[in-house]
Amino acid sequence: MAQTFEEISASDFFYRNRDIAGFTNPSRAIFVAIREIVENSLDAAESQKIPPDVFVRLSFEAEATKDTQIYKLHVEDNGCGIPPRFIPSAFGQILFGSKYKLKQTRGTFGLGGKMALLYGQITTHQSATITSSTGDTNKIYQFKLMIDIQRNRPIIIDRKVMINKDGWRGTIIEFTLEGDYLRSMPKILEYFKQTAMVNPYANLTFVDPKGRLYKFIRVTTDMPEPPKETLPHPYGVDVELLQRVIAMTDCTNMLDFLRRHFHRVGEITAQKFLEFSTLSPTKNPKKLSHEEIVRLTQNLKKYKDFLPPDASCLSPLGEDLLRAGIVKELYPEYLVVHQRKPSTYAGHPFIIEMGIAYGGGVPKTGGFVIYRFANRIPLLYDEASDVSFRVINSMNWRRYKVAPDMPIAIVVHICSTKVPYKTVGKEFIADRAEVRREVANALREVARQLGHFLTRQEHVDREKKRISIFSKYLPRIAQFSAMLAGKERIPDIEKLLKSVQKYGAEE
Amino acid sequence: MVQKNSKSSIVERQKQVVSSLKKLGTDIYNQLDKGVFPTINMPSRSTENINYDPNSRQYILGDRVVSRSARNIRHVKPFTQLAWCALFSNELTTKKKTSTLRDVYYSAQAYEMTFTDQQESNNIITDLETVTGFSREDFHIFPEERSAIFGDLTIGYTVPGYEGKQLNLTSHPDGVLIGPALTSSEFISTKADKVIAIEKGALFTRFIEENVHNKHNSLLISCGGQAPRQTRSFIRRLKEELNLPVYIFTDGDPWGMHIAQVIISGSANAAHLRDLNTPDAVWSGVWASDIIDYKLPTDPLDEVDIKRLYELQKDPRYQNDPLWQREIKTFLKIKKKAEQEAFSRYGLTYIVDEYLPRKLEGKK
Repeated sequence: MAQTFEEISASDFFYRNRDIAGFTNPSRAIFVAIREIVENSLDAAESQKIPPDVFVRLSFEAEATKDTQIYKLHVEDNGCGIPPRFIPSAFGQILFGSKYKLKQTRGTFGLGGKMALLYGQITTHQSATITSSTGDTNKIYQFKLMIDIQRNRPIIIDRKVMINKDGWRGTIIEFTLEGDYLRSMPKILEYFKQTAMVNPYANLTFVDPKGRLYKFIRVTTDMPEPPKETLPHPYGVDVELLQRVIAMTDCTNMLDFLRRHFHRVGEITAQKFLEFSTLSPTKNPKKLSHEEIVRLTQNLKKYKDFLPPDASCLSPLGEDLLRAGIVKELYPEYLVVHQRKPSTYAGHPFIIEMGIAYGGGVPKTGGFVIYRFANRIPLLYDEASDVSFRVINSMNWRRYKVAPDMPIAIVVHICSTKVPYKTVGKEFIADRAEVRREVANALREVARQLGHFLTRQEHVDREKKRISIFSKYLPRIAQFSAMLAGKERIPDIEKLLKSVQKYGAEE
Repeated sequence: MVQKNSKSSIVERQKQVVSSLKKLGTDIYNQLDKGVFPTINMPSRSTENINYDPNSRQYILGDRVVSRSARNIRHVKPFTQLAWCALFSNELTTKKKTSTLRDVYYSAQAYEMTFTDQQESNNIITDLETVTGFSREDFHIFPEERSAIFGDLTIGYTVPGYEGKQLNLTSHPDGVLIGPALTSSEFISTKADKVIAIEKGALFTRFIEENVHNKHNSLLISCGGQAPRQTRSFIRRLKEELNLPVYIFTDGDPWGMHIAQVIISGSANAAHLRDLNTPDAVWSGVWASDIIDYKLPTDPLDEVDIKRLYELQKDPRYQNDPLWQREIKTFLKIKKKAEQEAFSRYGLTYIVDEYLPRKLEGKK
């Protein structure tokens, strides 16, 4: 029997494998669709250092099956907008986008948003409407699009140009999709709350299908520095990447080649490395044989003295913003935040930010409430598989005076040019030794400070209790002894009570 | 209250009790009035401070003193409880009311003086005993357990409503409860010439039925197991005031033997108190050697029994009379024990008609 081979398009691939992008079932799909579009909106605003305003409305359209309904999802942002010529491809072609560069972004490939549209199209068979303006022209462009799945091409159904009288800038995406809002509601609301926590400079508005309004208002307009693009670090290079760089380079010797195309490689480092790998500095990189390229890749990984990647390509939240976000959403009694110095795993820089919140609005659940974020995306699923969950649970908390029944929330944020997700669904961080160590160190730091706070607290409580014991019993001793001695007058014990208080304050 | 003009021991003792409580109150009051945290000192009741005193033939407390200060956060609550207990005892004693240990625990709640549990309130009462040197019965606080007495002893009540009334203790065939009213009575007269204390209530009843009190001219006391303090103090009074010799009959096992010993030499728990023991009382049986001599039906000694025997062997109270060591050795040799009822194998009256007379004669 003859086998038939056919090439499938990227759209087709994801159509057939939508599970790997998180669209596993109707309730999950609606959550992932909202998340992906909102993340794109946030990125679009942040890239321009604009405090994001994101408006999300999910409205009921029709019944679909016994358990699912058709919803219209409307997401509006004040981001950078998309130039009209890119709109069809940006939304109608999988793996087309602006995110294939080495800097920290929420999405990795700009895949999620398109997957959401693709999912909407295959479940409701309707076109999506994209409206956008970059604000620097006086026009607003509106496209009605569908995706030609087999050919991975956008199909433009309608195109409108409107006059932008008010100088509006941003993007509106509107499309229909099938889902189960009631079942996904808790996750969606949790998603907004946590997004608000880690984006304290954003206004988030959500109107759900029942018409309920959820509003998360920014507490600051300060924003983290946007990440800078960066060259690949030698430790993160593979053969394919190396070949691509060689193909495009105009350097004619190895010394220049290394200096120009790799992160934190200067003249001296390049010389030492070439010595290490016994390559001539004057060799033309384009003349490297296939074997030499493979060996070079191996040596790039083996060489110990490359400088670690710097973190300018990362955009951590920073301690102030992290604090503001946690205070805004949890209003805890005590909060300590900590940002670790940049670190790397496999040539990818990353930074761990950690907060620990105690009391106040932190719910008492009998365990820790863990909020996990990666590049400012809340991670809501598979908590128990996450490296931070493991680190948190293997800590000796008693050393920090922390009891399991205390109301404690732990916020972990990892930012990286490549977040070590274990799955495409972006649900949890893999247990890599470097990441684990950084998480553990960050946790120890905040736990130590919490421990100090709790010790102080305990001390104050003990003092209060001490004084209350004396003020409870001393008057009675006076009363009983007076009665027993047959005296009318009860001795004055105020002075004794005062001395106890003073004694307490000195301690 | 007008007290009977009597120099009798009971009334005199009550006066001392009241004045010791008042002194405690005044002591605390004066310290507070001077503006200092009051302190109470009392002999330590820790094990290291409990010594056997061969002269008084009982356990006594040594010289170590503990201080309880209202300044100490851990002491201030028990201090207050102690002051309250003293006040409460003072009320009981002057009003001639009685109370039980359980009652004290609940009465405290009326004063918003909570005790965590019964044990805590019991401990505070023991503190009060230690501070004043009087026993809780002197403060009219009694434990729940009771024992009984039967025989020709006429007593005169001192409790309110019964003052001057008299009672002969043969008047009720079940015996008369050794309770607050009886222990606070005066002894008027007796024809008895000895006291027989019996471990178990059943045998006590048998003895009354068998007319032992007449046949042997004795007062019979049922200890009800380990004799309560008030019973021990009552037995001592019978010896001290009426000069009656005391014979003790218990089961033939280490536990029975120790019941007798506590009546004779007192307990370590009451080392802070005096006048609870009767050093001249005699353990008359059932001895280990009786088990052999009378061929009594026996049970084997179990591990706990044997362990107890080795403990008792070293106990200082068991050193002053060779009888104890001899019987302990015999127990260990035969590895058997017998209850008082074992004599029933020779008929119901054998113990009264045969065994008892021989033992009272004082076979050693």
